[in-house]
Amino acid sequence: MIDSAFIERCKSIFGAENVLTDKAELIAYSYDATPGIPREIPGVVVFPENTKQIQELIFLARQTKTPIYPRGAGTCLSGGPVPLSKGVVVSFQKMNKIIEIDPDNLTATVQPGVVVADLNAAVSKYGLLYPPDPGSMATSTIGGNVAENAGGLRGLKYGVTKHYIMGMEVVMPTGEIFRFGGKCVKNVTAYDFTHLFVGSEGTLGIITEIICKLIPAPKYRKSMLAIFDKLEDAGKTVTDIVRAHVIPATLEIMDKVTIQTVENFAKVGLPTQAEALLLIEVDGMGKDSVEWEAEKCVEIIKQNNGKYKIAETDAERDSLWAARRAALPALAQVKPATILEDATVPRTKLVDMLVAVQNISKKYGLMIGTFGHAGDGNLHPTLLIDPMNKEEMEKVHKAVDEIFEVALSLGGTLSGEHGIGVAKLKYLKNEIGRSGIETMRRIKQSLDPDNILNPGKLVPMED
Amino acid sequence: MTVAAKTIFDDVELLKKELVRCMKCGNCMSVCPIYSVEKKESSVARGKIALGEAVLSDDIKIDDETLVKLIFNCLVCKSCMLACPSGVRFDRIILGLRAAIAKKKGIHFIKKALFGLLKKPELFDKGMKAFAAMQGLFLSPEEQGKRAPRGFLKGVSPRFDEKFIIPELTKESFRDRVKEKEEVPQAQAKALFFTGCSVNYLYPEVGDDLIYVLKRNKVSVVTPKKQNCCGMPVMVHGDIETARELAQKNLEVFEKTGADYIITVCGSCGSALKHEYPIILEGTDYEEKAKKWVERVHDISTFLLKVIRFESPKGNLNLKVTYHDSCHLKKSMKVFNEPRQILKTIPGLTLIDMKKPDACCGSGGSFHLTHADTALKIVKSKTEDIKGTEAEIVCTGCPACMMELFEGIKRFGGNCNVTHTVSLLAESYRSEQKS
Ligand SMILES: Cc1cc2nc3c(=O)[nH]c(=O)nc-3n(C[C@H](O)[C@H](O)[C@H](O)COP(=O)(O)OP(=O)(O)OC[C@H]3O[C@@H](n4cnc5c(N)ncnc54)[C@H](O)[C@@H]3O)c2cc1C
Ligand code: SF4
Ligand code: SF4
Repeated sequence: MIDSAFIERCKSIFGAENVLTDKAELIAYSYDATPGIPREIPGVVVFPENTKQIQELIFLARQTKTPIYPRGAGTCLSGGPVPLSKGVVVSFQKMNKIIEIDPDNLTATVQPGVVVADLNAAVSKYGLLYPPDPGSMATSTIGGNVAENAGGLRGLKYGVTKHYIMGMEVVMPTGEIFRFGGKCVKNVTAYDFTHLFVGSEGTLGIITEIICKLIPAPKYRKSMLAIFDKLEDAGKTVTDIVRAHVIPATLEIMDKVTIQTVENFAKVGLPTQAEALLLIEVDGMGKDSVEWEAEKCVEIIKQNNGKYKIAETDAERDSLWAARRAALPALAQVKPATILEDATVPRTKLVDMLVAVQNISKKYGLMIGTFGHAGDGNLHPTLLIDPMNKEEMEKVHKAVDEIFEVALSLGGTLSGEHGIGVAKLKYLKNEIGRSGIETMRRIKQSLDPDNILNPGKLVPMED
Repeated sequence: MTVAAKTIFDDVELLKKELVRCMKCGNCMSVCPIYSVEKKESSVARGKIALGEAVLSDDIKIDDETLVKLIFNCLVCKSCMLACPSGVRFDRIILGLRAAIAKKKGIHFIKKALFGLLKKPELFDKGMKAFAAMQGLFLSPEEQGKRAPRGFLKGVSPRFDEKFIIPELTKESFRDRVKEKEEVPQAQAKALFFTGCSVNYLYPEVGDDLIYVLKRNKVSVVTPKKQNCCGMPVMVHGDIETARELAQKNLEVFEKTGADYIITVCGSCGSALKHEYPIILEGTDYEEKAKKWVERVHDISTFLLKVIRFESPKGNLNLKVTYHDSCHLKKSMKVFNEPRQILKTIPGLTLIDMKKPDACCGSGGSFHLTHADTALKIVKSKTEDIKGTEAEIVCTGCPACMMELFEGIKRFGGNCNVTHTVSLLAESYRSEQKS
């Protein structure tokens, strides 16, 4: 555990200016963006600047059996970086250099603390793009994105974080420094460690360097907004578009509650009688193909009784996107707090899921606005809550349980992109079963025999 | 005074309702000037909100030494509020927490805790009077306007090194020398000029330019000699009682003038009059009086373009100019288009946008003295953005920013001059008369 000797060692490893010990400072590391989860004030916070320091910290932590909680920007929505005991928080905010951009190999090599938006600003000078774009990209770090396998608005066409990681340097929980992967497009040497560490939620190793894959930034794009009187029509539009072999970069949905709230809040001219709204953007390198895809979408929207608006200029595009951007802020205004879930279902079950959420909302008398990445079947039912109202909070917990139950019964998953962390730990067995849990434990125990890395997250160590 | 006030500044419990709105999403991190330098959670709104919650749940005492320092490690620039998806009113939270500290421990305690950060705190009181006079720092209304020489300043804060420059204090304050009433025939409107302390003591020429511009646009001006500091400087240090007192005195002065509008040339003064007075006076006899002015307080640029008939200037100014958005002008008063529009009406003038024109300059009242290291890093990056434009002049709508930018540019290089928007406009009017 952490005593004064431990803190002295930290100061000699990281330098006194990179160690926080005052209670008031530590309190500010006892949360992430997840509401209502167990949390503890850490014993100390350190800011590494290089890999060697992290290795030394691991040795120290093993000796003293002290838990380590890696932390990027703390925007996690499942409790990933939140301490569960008085351990060490390792903040990557000062380990934030872009080491290299290699436009010929289409790679960027970065330290884990680089903010996603900063990486994109840097590679855009070469006409390149790092596609994963979580809503938190202005603050969240690449390290955090890798550890959570973050998705984003472009997921349908471009995939998620795991599709853009080519290699890493990791400090293992036993202290070895391990590098794998690299700039090769093809590389089948050894196990596929990239896919083991992407999404490992800080439980298997501390990521200290990341090689990201870049793509040429699409030159053309076309956005449109489609409005439907029936949920079924919106759902069918989503599947019809994909069936017509058009893969939009963005295919977002908003339900009635969200539409009404957005209109109330931002007055962007949405029809409040509509049952659903889709925001569609197609993009690509060729003007003609983008035009063709856009026309195809319009055709399908019309066939499904939708009304649409298409953006001709950047300003018009902005105004279409304004509605989507206002979704969370608008919902957040209604009640003191929100719980944002990310249960995900196969694309073809989208409407069933939306209807189920509406029924749950009615059953418990709770306001739930649903929006999200329709093309991925990745929905964000957002429960509007008052945490000071105990009675309501009980209903909220029941409603959340039911949302997960339905998602699984539709062949879906607990989490499309926010991770398991502590928030969804108790549901894990329902999805992956006994054998899944056992497999996870074995992996965890063999890599982290002392259980010092982010203990209590992702892997249920006890039944 | 008439009490009964039950605002967030009087009762921490009322803070709860504001704190709970924060969903800890972290969006504020992307814009907070202090966070961008320090990279610590406690630097940014989210961390300070967590501290507020910890105080309310008794996890930490409100007079915890580090906590007090952290709560004062904020520029109250409101950048975070613009980025916040949840509409958290962070200005109220931070000022509420400061007021709670002041209430529990007294203003003197804050003064000690804050100025303990300075190198020679014992010199502070004497030396700072010069500075304080214009910043209203911790001074009661009676003390306002008393000034002391500047020799004492050296060595008090890391900021007061050989490179430190502040404008000379005027020998005679602006309000002392200027005519209280300037009538124009067939006036479009009658306006009250709220000078603020910086114009009164440090930048009187901005005041002259403002009066000139108003008269040029056929507006009669009254500049009441008895007006006080707006109260913002004492308010940000938690001294809500003095802020209330100043607000009430000002409202009484305003009332007597019979003016239709109040014009400001300082974002902080303007937002105090427009937004803070009704809040701090809630539940007192003065609440209604304060509310009456809300729609009639204008920054000079808004007043010219939105309220009266604006006479476009014709005098040529062959200058490359860049505009810095003062935080309180943009983020509190929501004024950012009008100053640019005015600059664009000046013949010959080229307006060049800098990178992030609304990034805070790091001034923040006494922040740049008490937290000199952080403030210097903030103004350095601002200076670099200004240099990048190759403009000859950087102009802004707030004297506190003028001072910070001036000092930053002198310190970190570049030969850009600093001026107020209204001074460029006045210059254009004047040069049309010459030609
Ligand atoms: C407003 C908002 C919008 C969001 N939108 C999306 C979205 O569209 N898509 C999406 O997928 N997510 C989204 N998220 C969730 C969150 O932003 C992502 O999970 C993100 O990847 C977290 O990154 P972070 O830097 O904040 O990491 P943190 O929250 O600090 O940490 C996340 C996890 O990573 C681990 N970790 C961090 N750094 C390292 C490292 N160097 N080595 C090992 N482990 C590490 C931590 O221990 C923790 O388990 C959103 C969150 C918010 C608040
Ligand atoms: S942006 Fe607003 S809601 Fe988000 S953490 Fe900051 S203050 Fe809280
Ligand atoms: S007011 Fe300014 S300095 Fe204070 S937390 Fe908000 S952005 Fe940061």
